[in-house]
Amino acid sequence: MDLSVFSYHFMQMAILAGVLGGVACAVVGVFVVTMHLSFIGVCIAHAAFAGALLGLWLGFDPLIGALLFSLAAAAIIGPLADRGELNPDTSIGIVFSLMLGLAFLFMGLMHGARTEALNLLWGSILTVSQGDMIFLAATTAVIVGLLAAFYKEVQAVICHREVALAVGIPATVIFYGLLFSTGVTVTASLQSIGGLLIFSLILNPAAAAYQLTYSLKRMIFIAAGFGVLSCWLGLIASYLFDVPSGAAIVITSTAIFGLATAFSPKRKVKGWQQAQLTG
Amino acid sequence: MDDTVIRIRDAVVSYREDVALQGVSLEVKKGEFIGIIGPNGAGKTTLLTVINGLGKLVHGQAWVLGTRLNGGNHNNLRKRIGYVAQVERIDPRLPINVRETVTVGCYGCLGLFHRPGRAHREKVDEVLEMVGIAHLAERPIGHLSGGEYQRAAIARALVQQPEIFLLDEPTASIDQKAQREILGLIQLVHREYSMTTLFVTHDLRMLPSICQRLILMKDGRIWQQGGPESMLKEEVLGQLYGTAVPAEIASSPRFHRDSSQ
Repeated sequence: MDLSVFSYHFMQMAILAGVLGGVACAVVGVFVVTMHLSFIGVCIAHAAFAGALLGLWLGFDPLIGALLFSLAAAAIIGPLADRGELNPDTSIGIVFSLMLGLAFLFMGLMHGARTEALNLLWGSILTVSQGDMIFLAATTAVIVGLLAAFYKEVQAVICHREVALAVGIPATVIFYGLLFSTGVTVTASLQSIGGLLIFSLILNPAAAAYQLTYSLKRMIFIAAGFGVLSCWLGLIASYLFDVPSGAAIVITSTAIFGLATAFSPKRKVKGWQQAQLTG
Repeated sequence: MDDTVIRIRDAVVSYREDVALQGVSLEVKKGEFIGIIGPNGAGKTTLLTVINGLGKLVHGQAWVLGTRLNGGNHNNLRKRIGYVAQVERIDPRLPINVRETVTVGCYGCLGLFHRPGRAHREKVDEVLEMVGIAHLAERPIGHLSGGEYQRAAIARALVQQPEIFLLDEPTASIDQKAQREILGLIQLVHREYSMTTLFVTHDLRMLPSICQRLILMKDGRIWQQGGPESMLKEEVLGQLYGTAVPAEIASSPRFHRDSSQ
């Protein structure tokens, strides 16, 4: 294999984007997977995509549109899921389909070539700009920093939200913080991974790590490792087989999830878990 | 000095069109052990949520541990109240073990940016020992039986060192042996710490004999209240539940014996 490609600046940037995006996505993935909120995350990802397209259509920075839409989606979905006025799946499904509808509406209203819009759909880790990289680095640093600062509250909320509220932890603030950090991470990774594919990079590494350990700390580190590995292996596959990088990254992360599930020590639990729940 | 820790006046709570509490008034003295019984939908759990500041009053007033409940978030009040709900369905893969779950009890009091120190860890060990699950400390929380899970929940509440202890159907959905053990543990905890305790159940057989007062709830109101010996009568309970209550439950000798102590 010709390794000279790694000496190019664009490839080094892609490798760095893989580390930053892989870590940030995996960390918020741990929140989403542990709280069983995968559908909320998918919905936020599509909201970010719709917001970015609005930016492209109206001529402002797509990242600002993505950020506003993803935060707004989190702010709408959180209470809908909590208050139980509608079944959470129904309300999130409605917001999800609205976001998808808006995305295609904005795309349809655009004039001229839609290359940039399609880039947001598929992402392109090989053409990440310096500005995107700074935003991604800042997002990753803030999310990892906040997690370190509020680890015990995050642990309580994602594992036992009702209990966290009952013992006097500001559980609602932490919960919305986790939803917003998902929105920001999606926005920051939009250019490199793409709006349609980003959520696999959030879900798969964390879901794979969930199969392998009962320790939250270990799960976070394993998920981050899998996230980075997915990006790097996807990049190599993309280079070797000349396929789109975003797609290669997502397929790699799914393969890692498949392997983790196949070799999961937790599968052994299943037999007596039933007896315990009915006991 | 007034030793009333809970004072509720004419409380009304509603969830959309449903009125869950209609005009409930209640006073609880420090150290009392109160049983709250009634059929499903009587408003028992809602009453507990009012006390820990999660239930919003649409009418009436409530003071708990000197705090007037005014619809704010009341996190500071909840730090002083232990809450144990009925066994919930827990994902067996949840990445948190028993010791960590119990330690969550002190997180509220610790506050943001502070980590549990040696004193907290020792308290957790002491409480795990007391509730009889020290040997399960490193086990994932989703791997416990219903009875063990309730012991962990009680341990978590005790780590909080609460002034009020709220128990909402703590023996529901667990087997009979575990039910007896949990009841024994709750009574032991009350004798040890003399915490003001409110124990909610719809199952009369699950009423701890340590109860000093019984509150009978029906249709969102306090229907009657008094000592166990005067409340646990066939005709009273028959009217409360709208069906005949077996004599051996209604005239439980353990209450008549304990009430004379």
